[in-house]
Amino acid sequence: MSTIIITVASLSILGLLLAVVLYAVAQKFKVEEDPRIDIVESLMPGANCGGCGQAGCRAFAEACVKASNLDSLYCPVGGNPVMQKVAGALGFEVAEKAPMVAVVRCAGSCEKRPKTNTYDGIASCAVMNSLYSGDTGCKYGCLGKGDCVSACKFGALSLDPQTGLPVVDEDKCTACGACVKACPKGIIELRKKGVKSRRIFVSCVNKDKGGVARKACSAACIGCGKCAKVCQFDAITVENNLAYIDFEKCRLCTKCVAECPTGAIHAVNFPPKPPKAEAPKVAAETPAA
Amino acid sequence: MKTFSMGGVHPADNKISCDAAIENFPIPQTAYISMSQHLGAPAEPIVAVGDKVKVGQLIANASGFISAPVHSSVSGTVKSIETVKDIAGNPCKAVVITVEGDEWSDTIDRSEDIVREIKLDSKQIVERIKECGVVGLGGATFPTCVKLSPPPGKKAEFLIINGAECEPYLTSDYRVLVEMPEQVLIGASIMMKALNVSKGFIGIEENKPKAIEILNGYAAQYPDIKVVPLKKKYPQGGEKQLIDAVVGRKVPSMGLPIDTGAVVQNVGTALAVYEAVQKNKPLFEGILTVTGECSNQQKNFRHRVGTPISAIIEATGGMPENAAKVISGGPMMGKAVSNLDAPTLKGSSSVLFLTSEQTKRQEEYNCIRCAKCVNACPMGLEPYLLSKLSRAQRWDDAEANRIFDCIECGCCSFTCPSYIPLLDSIRYGKGQVMKIMRSRPKK
Repeated sequence: MSTIIITVASLSILGLLLAVVLYAVAQKFKVEEDPRIDIVESLMPGANCGGCGQAGCRAFAEACVKASNLDSLYCPVGGNPVMQKVAGALGFEVAEKAPMVAVVRCAGSCEKRPKTNTYDGIASCAVMNSLYSGDTGCKYGCLGKGDCVSACKFGALSLDPQTGLPVVDEDKCTACGACVKACPKGIIELRKKGVKSRRIFVSCVNKDKGGVARKACSAACIGCGKCAKVCQFDAITVENNLAYIDFEKCRLCTKCVAECPTGAIHAVNFPPKPPKAEAPKVAAETPAA
Repeated sequence: MKTFSMGGVHPADNKISCDAAIENFPIPQTAYISMSQHLGAPAEPIVAVGDKVKVGQLIANASGFISAPVHSSVSGTVKSIETVKDIAGNPCKAVVITVEGDEWSDTIDRSEDIVREIKLDSKQIVERIKECGVVGLGGATFPTCVKLSPPPGKKAEFLIINGAECEPYLTSDYRVLVEMPEQVLIGASIMMKALNVSKGFIGIEENKPKAIEILNGYAAQYPDIKVVPLKKKYPQGGEKQLIDAVVGRKVPSMGLPIDTGAVVQNVGTALAVYEAVQKNKPLFEGILTVTGECSNQQKNFRHRVGTPISAIIEATGGMPENAAKVISGGPMMGKAVSNLDAPTLKGSSSVLFLTSEQTKRQEEYNCIRCAKCVNACPMGLEPYLLSKLSRAQRWDDAEANRIFDCIECGCCSFTCPSYIPLLDSIRYGKGQVMKIMRSRPKK
């Protein structure tokens, strides 16, 4: 009996003593942290994706608390609602930012861009890109090995087995930009989501001369410049045989879409226009964007 | 017999084209002469469309310290200066010449006589080699004149001629040794004079006894150059491995061969140096092996630089029926040709046809930690680890494990019992790490 009493008593005393020591140490080495960091962190989506440019959500919260305004800080995952809440918690004003979405700028599906050789190495775009220009005639286009898909933390990207190209799920895409960094060919771009998710973009990044580009892929931009001529808003520039539509200037008039001889300009989420021959193709592209 | 001390593998040597004497490949109708035939900055064209050029005429100037001039390999009219695709499909600038006849530049000595006396002094030799656009023909195509001018503070002690030709299938260096041994020895003597060294070695693997015998026959005439027979082991022809094999010195990590006092030059380079210095002939021809079990013919060709690979395939009976892959270079380190219209370069050493059985990728299994790759690595690296780190994109750890020392010989992938394509991911990782290292501010 006495053994038990001695054991319990000695352990209790030991525990009490150590608790006092621990308390003293904790008080002595206490780290003073701004309580607002915890508040801001609790507002964050908690994806830790790094899309904001910070190491994670807590790092972003710290940066927000330290910053004098929120102009250069934006959480693409949470978007405007989260930024409003953060601004409210910290007493800042924040301007609405247009939501963005990842856009795959390559339409070189298997039938439009025939394979010229077979690649049987590691299924990684980065490795494939380090070896050679790719298994089609176009050295700029999608390699189709899915580095973007594995980079996406939100499951917004998938490879379409029909076309071999990645497809962005607009509802899931948070525009964190991980896929943009993962793509060795620089095909994916973050573009303004647009009114009713309507967007017009050049779905090609081929900088070869028209003939060369066309030979490699029937959906390639040949840099003819017709779109730039028809655009009334100076939104389209043609550089290095490649057209680019500035999404800040584009007013979604779709004139360029009808003008493009190769169908390289895609208009997505527009209501279908039955009369034109091009229309079914555009409609077919809608889910793919 | 000597060999290098660490790692290495023994692939079957398959030198099936070794008895085919060197033939001149017919001059193509159109030559596509690439401006990027060497390591370093592409050459800058100095001819214009419509210009008439002769064989051996300078058509592009070197555009930097590590660069080399390019000479026309054919005579005719410059059709265009355009972007063509190289064997990997990547664009490169090229001078396209429509061939008319075969008129050589007057300054080139076209006689068959062997010129033994070296008239130029060491500075003039380096200058001539530079002017003639000679580059290392062992694979890396590093400008030879740079290698022959050691940086201040470094002193060359000896020259090693690389006749190992450890890559399976390739026989171009072997044919040069057998058919033009004296030219190679004179070329070596010229380089020894340029470097001001008195000792020279020619390392030859034991599977080429005829070459060793022939060169030994010249021992009395060229007493300074010693033939060193080497045990057959891949990658003996690697610069660092060859120095280790021949003189037993090790190139330090991140160091240059000159740190051991050695300058290594390939057999083909020695021949090019001989032709440049003694015959005033710029480098516009190369020896190229056409081979493979499925190949219609086994050939060794002297080709004009800029000949489309498709023309070579055509001339040897077309694409073999069961060929699945065409490789430029040997099967271990060569590059798959994804664009058959690509022109040959100064450094092109072979057109190798492999069948689908030979090139089939086996299904990849998990690493079983057998450490075969570690034993095989001639650089003392840990390939399984580097491959893992590369796949995980852990560049700092990859750098700490000396990924930059990888010579991309492929011994690890060759030896892996789980068929893991180790080198593919290591090569990618090496590229990324080197990029990061280069972007750092220099101390």
